[in-house]
Amino acid sequence: MGGRVRTAATAVVAFVLLVALWELAKLVLPAAGVTLGDTRVLPRTDDAAMPHVWTVLAKLGDPEVAGAADPRTVGAAVVGGALFTLGLALGGLVLGGIAGVLLALLMQRFALAEKAVLPYVIASQTVPLIAIAPLVAGWGGKIAIAGWTWQPWASVMVISSYLAFFPIAVGMLRGLTAPADADVEMFRSLAAGWWTTLLRLRLPASVPHLVPAVRLAAAAAVVGAIVAEISTGTRGGIGRLIIEYAQSATGDPSQMYAAILGAAVLGLVAAGIVTLGELGLRRYRGPLA
Amino acid sequence: MSAVSLTGVGKEFGPVTGPVPALTGVDLEIAVGEFVSLIGPSGCGKSTLLRLVADLEQPTTGTVEVAGKPARQARLDQDYGIAFQQAGLLEWRTVAENVELPLQIHGVAKAERRARVAELLELVGLADFWRSRPAQLSGGMQQRVAIARALARRPPLLLMDEPFGALDEMTRERMQAELLRIARESGAAVLFVTHSIPEAVVLSDRIAVLSPRPGRITEIVAGRRPSTGVDVDEVEDVRETTAFFEAVTAVREALRKGAAQ
Repeated sequence: MGGRVRTAATAVVAFVLLVALWELAKLVLPAAGVTLGDTRVLPRTDDAAMPHVWTVLAKLGDPEVAGAADPRTVGAAVVGGALFTLGLALGGLVLGGIAGVLLALLMQRFALAEKAVLPYVIASQTVPLIAIAPLVAGWGGKIAIAGWTWQPWASVMVISSYLAFFPIAVGMLRGLTAPADADVEMFRSLAAGWWTTLLRLRLPASVPHLVPAVRLAAAAAVVGAIVAEISTGTRGGIGRLIIEYAQSATGDPSQMYAAILGAAVLGLVAAGIVTLGELGLRRYRGPLA
Repeated sequence: MSAVSLTGVGKEFGPVTGPVPALTGVDLEIAVGEFVSLIGPSGCGKSTLLRLVADLEQPTTGTVEVAGKPARQARLDQDYGIAFQQAGLLEWRTVAENVELPLQIHGVAKAERRARVAELLELVGLADFWRSRPAQLSGGMQQRVAIARALARRPPLLLMDEPFGALDEMTRERMQAELLRIARESGAAVLFVTHSIPEAVVLSDRIAVLSPRPGRITEIVAGRRPSTGVDVDEVEDVRETTAFFEAVTAVREALRKGAAQ
């Protein structure tokens, strides 16, 4: 318990330090930035480039569009957008998780499948997301399942899962092949079949490898969802909000920073949800966990 | 019917660099309840022989029968329990859950499992540790858990591959006495691989001495397994008898002769 309090305290201190560093940079460094010859080595620190932290926080309470009939605050818009994106990212994480686990099982079961599939699994991550996003949206637009027509958010979820499946597939494969030969032989001597060995040996043994993989996948799912929202032009999420606010950033960057702050908090919340899910798996995490 | 029956067993490994013979022409019968040790120089194939009996490897020539059945069938019927040099316990399971594993895999009902596990932990003297994790136990205790697991389904045969090899001398001698008691109480035959001559002598009814690779049985020496006593002191007494030293000498000479051939 003490350890957990310390972890939380460390996180808070780190956040305070980050804020202090930001403000210190504004205070100490010249507003025009630092240039060596023609090369700019430090950015401008005036209010148009780096707004004060409190300006960004205050912006959350301002109306989104000055003088509009609907007085929605920037904060409400950011929270709403972040929740929308969180839903899509978690959906992507689940989809990607299922795909990753199935691929890992296939590769563990059949050595040939590992040779055939693993290179493509790795290659899949070198394809730029921006290139796939319109493709997925385009294919999706042609799909209608039992009266349900493809929605733009579904494209976002699929693209998000495309990033999320990778760490899970790789981590799960490592985990499934983690048991020592002696353990596998023990199960063979007990006349246990593949399924029993999977359930009682490989899956429990895979947990220490799977847990960090799911954390990576959660972060990747959030990034994937935000980028997918932007590149497919899907409305309602934080990705779209960042773009919209960025377009008005020349005059007042604090609104864009507010949206970026929302995206960062979103990533933390996603990681937090995954950590909560891990609590039930503690006994599998190590000899004395 | 013998507990184990090996006839003309040979094993060659790997077509990769051409077949390498590991065992050749092994004949061995182990009677019900008998304790037989395999001893020989490193790499002589004694572990391979045990693995053939366990159906973890298939012989190139000859037949392996366990409890009158082909080895594969005996494995599927769980006619043996096995313990290796490494205890090989599942770290996420408690001691009780590790011992329970073979019963769980074969669908034994929960209440029955619990009763049997309590009985087994009593047998190996770990009743108070049922809730511990393997990592909290000493090496000797882990090995006792592994033996309890091997005995879970009351197999008529226990296969042991240097189970005490990684233990210190004191623990090792205590475990030997434990094993003798367990073997007697369970009535199981034991096939025991070791490279310790005194260990083989004090435990076994018979000791099969193997030659260097390709291994074959060059001689069978009578062991000095105590006929009645099974507690540590009585086993200790055996270690100090002339008959014990004579048997140790006989095994040593058989090993030397096998190596010279």
